[in-house]
Amino acid sequence: MHSSRRIRRLLIGLSAVLGVVGVADSASARDYISIVGSSTVYPFATVVAENFGKTTRYKTPKIESTGSGGGLKLFCAGVGVRYPDITNSSRAIKSSEVKNCKKNGVTEIIEVKIGYDGIAVANSKKGGKLDIARKDLFLALAKHVPDPGGAKGLVANPYKTWRDVNKSLPNVKIEVLGPPPTSGTRDAFVELALEGGCNEIDWIKAMKKTDKKRYKAVCHTVREDGAYVEAGENDNLIVQKLIANPNALGVFGFSFLDQNSDKVQGSKIDGVSPEFETIADGSYPVSRPLFFYVKKAHVGTIPGMKEYLAEFTSEKAWGEDGYLSDRGLIPMPATERRQFAQSAKKLQAMN
Amino acid sequence: METGTFPTQGGRKPLGIIQAGLAKRKAAETRFKTYGIVAIAAGLVFLAILFISIVGNAYTAFQQTQVKLDLYLDPDVIDPEGTRDLDVLSGANYAAIVRSGLQDQFPDVESRRDRRALNALVGRGATYDLRATVMAVPDLVGETLTVWVPADDDVDMLLKGNIDREAAEEGRRLSDQQLAWIDQLESRGRLAKRFNADFFTKGDSREPESAGIRGAVVGSFYTMLVTLLLSFPLGVAAAVYLEEFAPQNRFTDIIEVNINNLAAVPSIVFGLLGLAVFINFFGLPRSVPLVGGLVLTLMTLPTIIIASRATLKAVPPSIREAALGVGASQLQTVVLHVLPLAMPGMLTGAIIGMARALGETAPLLMIGMVAFIVDIPQGILDPATALPVQIFLWADSPERAFVERTSAATLVLLFFLIVMNALAVVLRKRFERRW
Repeated sequence: MHSSRRIRRLLIGLSAVLGVVGVADSASARDYISIVGSSTVYPFATVVAENFGKTTRYKTPKIESTGSGGGLKLFCAGVGVRYPDITNSSRAIKSSEVKNCKKNGVTEIIEVKIGYDGIAVANSKKGGKLDIARKDLFLALAKHVPDPGGAKGLVANPYKTWRDVNKSLPNVKIEVLGPPPTSGTRDAFVELALEGGCNEIDWIKAMKKTDKKRYKAVCHTVREDGAYVEAGENDNLIVQKLIANPNALGVFGFSFLDQNSDKVQGSKIDGVSPEFETIADGSYPVSRPLFFYVKKAHVGTIPGMKEYLAEFTSEKAWGEDGYLSDRGLIPMPATERRQFAQSAKKLQAMN
Repeated sequence: METGTFPTQGGRKPLGIIQAGLAKRKAAETRFKTYGIVAIAAGLVFLAILFISIVGNAYTAFQQTQVKLDLYLDPDVIDPEGTRDLDVLSGANYAAIVRSGLQDQFPDVESRRDRRALNALVGRGATYDLRATVMAVPDLVGETLTVWVPADDDVDMLLKGNIDREAAEEGRRLSDQQLAWIDQLESRGRLAKRFNADFFTKGDSREPESAGIRGAVVGSFYTMLVTLLLSFPLGVAAAVYLEEFAPQNRFTDIIEVNINNLAAVPSIVFGLLGLAVFINFFGLPRSVPLVGGLVLTLMTLPTIIIASRATLKAVPPSIREAALGVGASQLQTVVLHVLPLAMPGMLTGAIIGMARALGETAPLLMIGMVAFIVDIPQGILDPATALPVQIFLWADSPERAFVERTSAATLVLLFFLIVMNALAVVLRKRFERRW
């Protein structure tokens, strides 16, 4: 029919337009840095990016918050303007990810450690300040715990109140608000706090060598009977819920504790309060290093890469009094800072 | 059956039966009406709660605490060589100028520690603003500007009552000394809450005091433009073909069923499709309004097609028959007679579809439009976010001052949605014809 031919022509025309746009764009260079990765590093990377964009002639980098794993996947997908230049990560890159990168031609990766992040277990200031051991956290939050009767074996977590777990803790129902399994904060909390507590029970620790799978299942599985409440990725929401419910504890990043220190307080873990200094010197046990990874092949192709690296690794950004520490990033010791700043400057790739 | 009387039942008079049941039936009706009223009232109460909480949180965001400073644009600091080269002006230490402007207010503050605390009262936004001003008019170097610069978000929160003055000093984000400085500045008339124009004229920022929604609004505009330009012609063409030309057979039936199904597909699926097709296959860049518009086109197309077909169906056959009867071709009939009559209804459908697309975040997540983007997009190939995405990002920021901005941005989004829906209603009221 006459008109259907016309519609067909219209469709062909439209797809041709799309095709042309696509080709035209992938051929031209990108003039801004594209960054993906961890939602924990996001609040720090964005501050650097904004400062970089507003104090140099370069465009402000674009930063997507995709999570560490998602970011590394995008990062490793290939070399070229279509792929991101930098990925932020709240954990070190895994060997499987390095392999995947290599397979796609991303061979030279520069690793930059930027500092530390503490994970706070906090409650409302209306409640008392707690001193919890990592072992208590494990016993209170794991799905299966050693038989409280003393027999060597696991039972479904029977503990209802903190006093059941440890006599020195208050007689308050166990109620912990924390991030869901998709979050890097949750991974780190489970790994550092729960597994840390797990390791204080000798026969479970011994299992690590004999039955690693079972060891992981025991130490990494969080109870699902309502004592641990998955409160979503939004840490602000957790803070608000803590204020409304002084008996509840919340698990979130140190920067949220820092911003809300008038309303919530961080519990001591193994006797150490989550403070700037204790996280920096490593005495606070639930802290982790943060990184970003740079695709060396893109330095020189994408404008401003070197300058962005210089900005991030400058003392005014990540130093003791730098603007990132105002945002809650815990700086590395001076020697470590110097070392990573040097390797970033020399564009030294990992091996 | 006898005529003239009602049949009797169990020897009772028919009127008695009716009256006996009447009270019960009336009660049932009253109950039913009450349920309806309760349902509507509950809906209204929730709407009121939503609006009150959003407006209650949002209205403070339209004001921003600012500090009046006399800034001497020292040539030795900005441009020691006097070249007025833009590269030099761009990299100059404007923070130092803002700092010295603030220290002029408190000349007796000496120690480094105290100076740091004092400097913290003015946000970094002031530095960025000053740089932009000097870059625009390099001749200002050497002069003294008296300007209102945004105060730090903590100061702003204090003046808006979101930081408790009475709280213990270690838990408060402002020290006693800083509170004293703030009070002094206020008494000198150099610290006040003023209209927050930055909120409407600036892009995103990690400094709450200089974060604005313009980047997101412009991004939404470009995305909607692409969506409208693609989905309206395509949707109308598809609807006209299916309704006026297509033969009725199994093939067109399958198409029809599929269009109806597509309208019910969750929006995140379109995002995944967009990622696979437009970004991975066609190689379009991530995070650009073009791709966002394409994805939202896929999402709105079914809505537009269904609405357009419904309005075409509503045009009475007599119009078509009259046109065909005087010798018009099928195409002439459709283009000259049916389409103009159906157009208002189609536009209404398109606007409703667009309003839904404007509020979407899920499909944009997959194609990288959920990102921190400071620069205002200049076209459909610049990276951009959209308004709902901006709300989502701010809601997740640690700084307390973003709470009110989140609500304010929500208010702006609601305003656009109401305007679009009102436009749809007006179009329908004015141009729709009933037969």
